[in-house]
Amino acid sequence: MKAAATPARTESQRAITAEIARIAADYQGKDAPQPLLNYPPYRSSRLRHPKCPVVCVDPDEVECWAPCFGSRDVEPVDADLTTGHSGQPIGERIIVTGRVLDAAGKPVAGQLVEIWQANAAGRYNHQLDQHPAPIDPNFTGVGRCLTEPDGTYRFLTVRPGPYPWRNHQNAWRPAHIHFSIFGTAFTQRLVTQMYFPGDPLFGLDPIYQSIVDPVARQRLIASYDHEVTQPEYATGYRWDIVVAGSRRTWAEPNGDHG
Amino acid sequence: MHLGLRYAGDNQLVGDAYVGAVRLHGTVYDGAGDAVPDALVEISQPGPDGRLVRREGSLRRDETTFTGWGRCATDAAGHYSFSTLTPGAPAGRAAFFAIVVFARGLLNRLFTRAYLPGSDLDADRLLSALDASRRQTLICVAENGGYRFDIHLQGADETVFLAYRGDAE
Repeated sequence: MKAAATPARTESQRAITAEIARIAADYQGKDAPQPLLNYPPYRSSRLRHPKCPVVCVDPDEVECWAPCFGSRDVEPVDADLTTGHSGQPIGERIIVTGRVLDAAGKPVAGQLVEIWQANAAGRYNHQLDQHPAPIDPNFTGVGRCLTEPDGTYRFLTVRPGPYPWRNHQNAWRPAHIHFSIFGTAFTQRLVTQMYFPGDPLFGLDPIYQSIVDPVARQRLIASYDHEVTQPEYATGYRWDIVVAGSRRTWAEPNGDHG
Repeated sequence: MHLGLRYAGDNQLVGDAYVGAVRLHGTVYDGAGDAVPDALVEISQPGPDGRLVRREGSLRRDETTFTGWGRCATDAAGHYSFSTLTPGAPAGRAAFFAIVVFARGLLNRLFTRAYLPGSDLDADRLLSALDASRRQTLICVAENGGYRFDIHLQGADETVFLAYRGDAE
């Protein structure tokens, strides 16, 4: 997207909030734990969601495996977003940790977790981000790690700020960290966002609210965890991630049932 | 997406000069037929012999270590392109690239398959269950030494997107 070419939106937050409430009422009590792809309050979703139902298939062998990453791909230092520059980034230093699990509760071990985020002022280190907040020369905002045998990932970073976007007038995203997750199978691929507890912008944000089930939505919010906090150094947040399905064995289909 | 997930060599499953290298490329379109310049496409595939490669090295490419996985962000014209190998399949089965699509404005990833034209498509259970026009959206167009696979998120040519049996969605 070329941000400069995006027309400024004129709808008010009040109008967007009313749309969010109408959709929430329609879905009350219905089972909808995933984001709605067709979620008009998020304006950019209107032309970018498929209208035909997804077609259900048995996964083929290639879809039963996830790509393989290892020490050749990721170094321990990649999980520290506060290093690699001449100085320390500005902001509240935080540790974000948790486990990647499959739907059966089994850990996803040795798998890649990638994160990216805005800096403490709410600015991405990206030419398309035109938010007039300062770029931090000591913060790129991108990290990677591999999960441990019990599925644990861990990053050291700074707490991102909220930032404005162009969905509607005076639109602000709650502070968040983007997460990219691989399970043990291609079918478990997930890109999501982690939020911080108590953010006043939750009710106003059409991306957060596109998960209409309030319980499912809550699962995107990390918990403050004093056991993770390190004295005199960084506060700690814990956030577990559950990918769809569980490890399955690919059964070669018979003959013409490919 | 563009900020966080791109890296050098992400779309080079093999180097351009590798023997057998082919190009898989296409454009991602929205429901108005406009190109989507802020999408991200990932592929997973077996090697030409139909076997999966369980090998690290996707994030630090060396042009010869084929890992079977790659990633490409679309450019300003909505275009993505991979340098890779032609996926194989056991005799009598259809060969395809497994594809996952992300984009700004797309609230959850979409899975699809890009089948190789000319492989055993009639035997494929997914393809044979689709009517002709829908089926066509899953088949690459062969081009001089490579394949084109356009992805339509919405609209008359909307690509068939997949859910996998056994996933609680």
